[in-house]
Amino acid sequence: MSKFQFPKAIFSRPVYTVLERRVGSHHLMVADAEGGGALLDLAKSDSGLMADAHVIYIPKHTGDTYSKPLAAFAPGQFYIGSSYEASVARLRRTLLGAHMGLQVYLAGTEGLMGQVQSEAAQAGISPESIQSEHRGSVARRMQCVHCKGITEDVTVDPFVCGHCGLNLYVRDHYSRRLAAFQGVCVNAEDPGNVPKAKELYT
Amino acid sequence: MSIQFNDETFRDDYTFRNSDWAINRFPFPFHEDHYMYSVNMEQHRGGPEGSVFEKRFDVDEHYVAEMRDRAQVLADDPLRCQSLPHMTLAGWDLLELIMVSKSEDYPDLFELHRDDDKWRWVNKPLGIDDSFTFMDETTLPYGPMEYITRQTQGDFAVLDQRDDNLWMDAGMITTQADWSLDFDIGMNFFEWHAPVPKANEMGIFVRALKFLMSVQQGAPARRLNWTMTVNPLLDTSPENYHKWGIQKTQMTPENVGEKQHLRVELQTFFRLPRSNGLVFPIRCYLISLDDLTSIPKWGRRLHRVIRDLPEELATYKGFIDNRPMIIDYLAKVDNGAETSPGIWPDLHLEPDAKA
Repeated sequence: MSKFQFPKAIFSRPVYTVLERRVGSHHLMVADAEGGGALLDLAKSDSGLMADAHVIYIPKHTGDTYSKPLAAFAPGQFYIGSSYEASVARLRRTLLGAHMGLQVYLAGTEGLMGQVQSEAAQAGISPESIQSEHRGSVARRMQCVHCKGITEDVTVDPFVCGHCGLNLYVRDHYSRRLAAFQGVCVNAEDPGNVPKAKELYT
Repeated sequence: MSIQFNDETFRDDYTFRNSDWAINRFPFPFHEDHYMYSVNMEQHRGGPEGSVFEKRFDVDEHYVAEMRDRAQVLADDPLRCQSLPHMTLAGWDLLELIMVSKSEDYPDLFELHRDDDKWRWVNKPLGIDDSFTFMDETTLPYGPMEYITRQTQGDFAVLDQRDDNLWMDAGMITTQADWSLDFDIGMNFFEWHAPVPKANEMGIFVRALKFLMSVQQGAPARRLNWTMTVNPLLDTSPENYHKWGIQKTQMTPENVGEKQHLRVELQTFFRLPRSNGLVFPIRCYLISLDDLTSIPKWGRRLHRVIRDLPEELATYKGFIDNRPMIIDYLAKVDNGAETSPGIWPDLHLEPDAKA
């Protein structure tokens, strides 16, 4: 089961919906891993949509589970990225050339959707024209408030910052600009004692 | 000069001290014996002579040392001062507001000479005498917001107003009560307040935003906020929490009166004329419990406030572990006598007051 019901949280934390077709002159779809399933559901709901769509899809561990059926819908442009970092130049170029009436559909992990949203905001795309549907891993993209390093795919709390090595706890406070949640030193007041790491949402 | 500036530190050896003058004018934040969030805004139109409310931007004995501390924080971490590209005009608005206010309110300390757009700014306490062209960034050593807030006590959040919201799009934040400008920059009013417990459910932020969006030019507003800080540490930033957090564990019943400080923020709000932005100075005042309890009314009242504060708030404000020690200390000065309404010391109302 790849759909996850996030518990109610503080206001800065993003919330997600189910993608639905919207009227637009162009359709940009960006997804990673199980997010491919959300694009498939969208395509099935309106097969005519895909002909006008530019799909940027990063399969990660899912192999061709989603990429094959997505290709079968013959999107107007279909790109399979080997990673987000590898795809981001193409994404920026696409956003730069975006016209009025562009609709953006995001699906997959919070880290992917957050980063694309941040890119879109910088390109001046209005937030109202962006939809996001969470699928797959509940891992978080975390900024270390101390060293500012970003650690991707954090699934446990506390975790070790991939840059400075401090033990950080996982906050719900979220920055859209950074596309990251905030990590703060968990044992500053008790240096010898790092709580045992637990899976997020358990 | 009219004010004797202290040579003191807010870190390491902590030589920060309040004079009797500074103690008596301390902005004690509790007008009654208990505390709960409220919007508690009032017009910022001066106040009693000598009080921190009198001038638009209060200058006190800590000015020079605080500016030295700020320069050190910025040297260690330049991300404490950031301004998104569309906020430069608001930065000029702020520079003008502060220069005009300070030169009018403290003519012996600050001078502003204007000849069209050719300006000369003299800051005597900091030994600055700069000539520049107003609205021309290349004529200043820093951007306008950074330039003037390196010379003004308090943190500064500069807010853009659009889409029926306020956006934290620029700031100089080096004396913060544990929030990160680098993380929060670009957020709207509800997003950056998201971690505050209870207040949202109480509708505080909806009302506060409505109030702030209607602040008019020439009619600034103000409120007080507070927390507790161990040692007179200005830079209680999340960025450095892994370094200073341990200090919270170093308090003992013997040193609590000296180490534990009440930290009060005088928050003011000014509309900026050209950008229609809103500047939100957050001025921090620190006082040790030893000094605070030298005003008997304040000692009694603080005891009752801290003792009865909901656990959630004591946790959010970061002193839940030290609360029992603080209460024990304050209980000794609380004789159960009544406290007069309002925040002022009211020494003449104490039983042993000299007539």
